[in-house]
Amino acid sequence: MNHSDRNIAQPLAALVAADPDRPSSVCQRASALEAVRLALQRDLQLAFRKRGQLVQPLAFFAMVTLLFPLAISPELARLRELAPGVLWVGALLGSLLALEFLFRDDAHDGTLEQYALSGQSLTALMVAKTIAHWLLTGLPLALMAPLAAVSLGVHTGALPGILFAVAVGSVALSLIGSIGAALTLGIKRSGALLSLLTLPLSLPVLIFGARATQLAIHGASFAAPLELLGALAVLGGTLAPLAAAAAVRISLE
Amino acid sequence: MNWTWFHRLASPPHVYALAVRLTPWFAWPAALCIAAGLWGGLVLAPPDYQQGDGFRIIYVHAPSAWMSLMVYVTMAGAAAVGLIWRMKVAHAVAASCAPIGASFTFAALVTGALWGQPMWGTYWEWDPRLTSELVLLFLYLGYMGLRAGIEDPQRADRASAVLAVVGVVNVPIIHYSVTWWNSLHQAPSVMRLGKPAMPLAMLVPLLLMLLGFTLFFVALLLTRVRGEVLARERTASWIREVVRA
Repeated sequence: MNHSDRNIAQPLAALVAADPDRPSSVCQRASALEAVRLALQRDLQLAFRKRGQLVQPLAFFAMVTLLFPLAISPELARLRELAPGVLWVGALLGSLLALEFLFRDDAHDGTLEQYALSGQSLTALMVAKTIAHWLLTGLPLALMAPLAAVSLGVHTGALPGILFAVAVGSVALSLIGSIGAALTLGIKRSGALLSLLTLPLSLPVLIFGARATQLAIHGASFAAPLELLGALAVLGGTLAPLAAAAAVRISLE
Repeated sequence: MNWTWFHRLASPPHVYALAVRLTPWFAWPAALCIAAGLWGGLVLAPPDYQQGDGFRIIYVHAPSAWMSLMVYVTMAGAAAVGLIWRMKVAHAVAASCAPIGASFTFAALVTGALWGQPMWGTYWEWDPRLTSELVLLFLYLGYMGLRAGIEDPQRADRASAVLAVVGVVNVPIIHYSVTWWNSLHQAPSVMRLGKPAMPLAMLVPLLLMLLGFTLFFVALLLTRVRGEVLARERTASWIREVVRA
């Protein structure tokens, strides 16, 4: 085990409940909030050591954006009309692509098992994993969406709205996706099944997100669809970690 | 309150015997209702003053669409019972619901498309109801795909049960967001002329068909549950007695 791996193992050990035979100073159980922080820190640290994987969804998003002008027409006026759909389909597929990695490595090396045995709330740890997933894919996609929008002929006034809409919508997408990723744990070649499970549940996000983007491009107030996106994110935040935790436990049975 | 009947539902031999006994009690009334409804709808009911005889597909379309939703709710209910009380028979019921529900959804889509061709002039219209019906079909396919993808039967039961419960929370959200999406994109189509009250000669056969389809679903479900229980309990000793009898 090299030095860098040990660094990651340490926070994991801190999650585990104290062994009654050991002096409590050796292995103290972390509080729930501390556990979330440690799990989040671990996920981010691991992700930054594999930077190649971080770039993949972004490159995919850029590729999808490139496909549309080539397939339809290079006229900016037409592309501007299509921009909301192109941006949201790209963001949806990009975030879907990253979902496969959400639990896969942790299931392989037994980390998920340790999480389930740690005595910490698995739901809280799922929240941590989802936050990490959003920080690593949703937020970068949101930051890249304005760039893609500019290439589709959207004027700069609409860009803050687009950034906001993708940022809020991708929270909901990460939450919905965590359920699908947890349910397909342990299935070989789960990619197609994962999209079949996740995409129908993501349709409301797509609808409201594309609508907010469209209104932003037309310079109208996009508060209503943005608020609905926020509502979906909040609803997902309350229910999705529970379902994902139940699914992870089932996969470990 | 006496809960014995509920606890006995956890026993596969009891459920198997119950299903055998109850099936004809649903199958025959279903056949009668559907026959009477078809006769009333296709022969006795007068043609619609706008749609002519084309409207008669409603006697298959509306009950199928109604069943596609009802079967999903039944499936999610059974799945929740299976998750909460760890009742294996409930999972068998949920597993039996999925292909039936998917078939009803498919029937509703096909009849809707066939009706759309003469009425709207196109087989497919991005009408909110047709669209949510299509999404429902994907939900069924996802459920069956997940169940088929997991090899261990108990894990497959519990994982697909979580999916069914998540789906039932989402069905209304999807339906209303799709309605909202369409009402913003498209001017009201021909069909929103307001609902003229249906004359009794048209309504009664429709209600008969609804009742008949519901009874038909229960009979079909009982039959599938019998097969499902037999397949799951194939190593148990009571099966031998059933087969011998």
